[in-house]
Amino acid sequence: MKYIDEYRDKLLVENLVREIRRETAREWTLMEICGGQTHSILKYGLHDLLPEQISLIHGPGCPVCVTSVEIIDRAAELGGNPKVILCSFGDMMRVPGTHSDLLSVRAKGGDIRIVYSPLDVLGIAEQNPEKEVVFLAVGFETTAPAVALAIHQASKRKLDNFSVLNSLVQVPPAVEALMRSDQNRIAGFLAAGHVCTVMGYQQYTKLSEKYKIPIVVTGFEPVDILFGILGAIRMLEHNGYGVENAYGRSVRPEGNLAARELLQKIFVNEDRKWRGIGTIPDSGFLLAPGYERFDAEIRFQLNLIESEDSELCMAGEILTGHKKPSECRAFGIDCSPEHPLGAPMVSSEGVCSAYYRYTRVTAVHQK
Amino acid sequence: MCLAVPGQIISIDDSDPDLKMARVKFGDAIRDVCIQWVEDLKPGDYIMAHVGTALSKVDEEDAVFTLESLRAMGEIDSDI
Repeated sequence: MKYIDEYRDKLLVENLVREIRRETAREWTLMEICGGQTHSILKYGLHDLLPEQISLIHGPGCPVCVTSVEIIDRAAELGGNPKVILCSFGDMMRVPGTHSDLLSVRAKGGDIRIVYSPLDVLGIAEQNPEKEVVFLAVGFETTAPAVALAIHQASKRKLDNFSVLNSLVQVPPAVEALMRSDQNRIAGFLAAGHVCTVMGYQQYTKLSEKYKIPIVVTGFEPVDILFGILGAIRMLEHNGYGVENAYGRSVRPEGNLAARELLQKIFVNEDRKWRGIGTIPDSGFLLAPGYERFDAEIRFQLNLIESEDSELCMAGEILTGHKKPSECRAFGIDCSPEHPLGAPMVSSEGVCSAYYRYTRVTAVHQK
Repeated sequence: MCLAVPGQIISIDDSDPDLKMARVKFGDAIRDVCIQWVEDLKPGDYIMAHVGTALSKVDEEDAVFTLESLRAMGEIDSDI
C-alpha cells in the first residue's frame, strides 16, 4: 500500500541504523508512547538493530490497557442488561474485569456488538428504538474526535436511546506523570504520531521545555520509528532538547483544528483513573455541560460496583516502563493471549501481547 | 487502536454539510469515511483515517522529501 510499503524499505532502515550508530556516543533511554509503535519495534526487531547504548522502554499508550477495571465491570453489567445493546471495538471483548469479560457476557446472551466506527453505533440506535444503545468509548485523542462526532450527531438527530460509557484519555498528562516519577530514567520521548495528527504538538513544546527533554513526533512504520529515534539521539548527543516532527506526512504543528474544536465543544477535562497506574489529573475527557444526557454512567447510575485487578498482574509497572513483560511471574504461564490476566496481554497494542507474539523471551523465573 | 491508515479517496458525498463522507480505498478494502474535518479533498487524494474518520490529508511533498533525504543518507555514506 502506498505510504506504508516505502516506510518498510530495507535500504532506508539500514541507512537510518548506520546514522543512529554514528550519532550515539552515550547511554540513553527513550520511551515510545504508543502501543502501536511498541508492536512495530518488536515485530520488526528494531530494538536489536540499535546500538547497545540505546534502551527503548514502552509507554502507557495502549488505551485498551489503561481502561480501568471499573469501566470493564460497568460495561459487563450493561452488556448483560436485556434492555441494552452494548457496542464496542473488538479489542475490548477479552479484557478481563473483576469477574468476567465482554465475550463471556455475550456468550451468556448479552447483546454486545463489535463496531468499526462510533458512527456505526448511531445506525444501530436508530434501528433499535426500543433498546438503549451504549458505546464503550476507549481511546486517546486520536479516537476522541470520532466519539465526539457521534455524540454531536446523536444530539442533532435527537437520538434519546444513545449513550457513551466513556473512558477516553489524554497523553500529555501521562507524560507529565511519568516525568514526575521518582524512578524516572527517560531521556527522550517518541510522541504518538496519530494523537499529534489530531492535537498537533504545541502541548509537547511546554513539556519539552519544562523537563528539558527531546520529544519527537513519530510514525508507526519501521522507517518512521528509526527516523524518530535518530531525531531524539541527535538532540541528546548535542545536549539539546525541543520538539521535532518526524511524521510530517500526517502531522501539522496545529493538528486538526476542526476536530479539536469539536472536542472542546463536547468534552471538558477531568481526572481519570488509569488501570495499573492510578489517577492522573486532567487526563480524561468528560462530557461537557449540555451533553451529560449521553453519559451512560449518569443514565444507568453505575457508580457503585466494587472492582478488583488481578493480584498477579503487574501491568502498572509494565505500562510505566519500570518493568518488562518478561520480568512478570505470570508472563507466558498464568497469563497468555488465550487466558489474559491483564489488558496488556489482550490488546493488539498491548506490550505483553507484543512480547508474547514477537519475541522469544522467557519469564525470569523459567530460566 | 490509535492506528490511522492511509487510504485513497474514490468519491465524495457532501450532500450533508455537517457530515461529509467519502468512499475510500484501503488496499483491497473499500470503506465509508467521514471527511468533515479535512478540507480541499478530491478523488485521488490520500487521507489518514481512523475508526471511520479522516484525521489528515497525506502531505505528499513532505513524504517525497523525507524519503529522498533518507535515501541520500546512504549515498553520502557510499561517497565517503
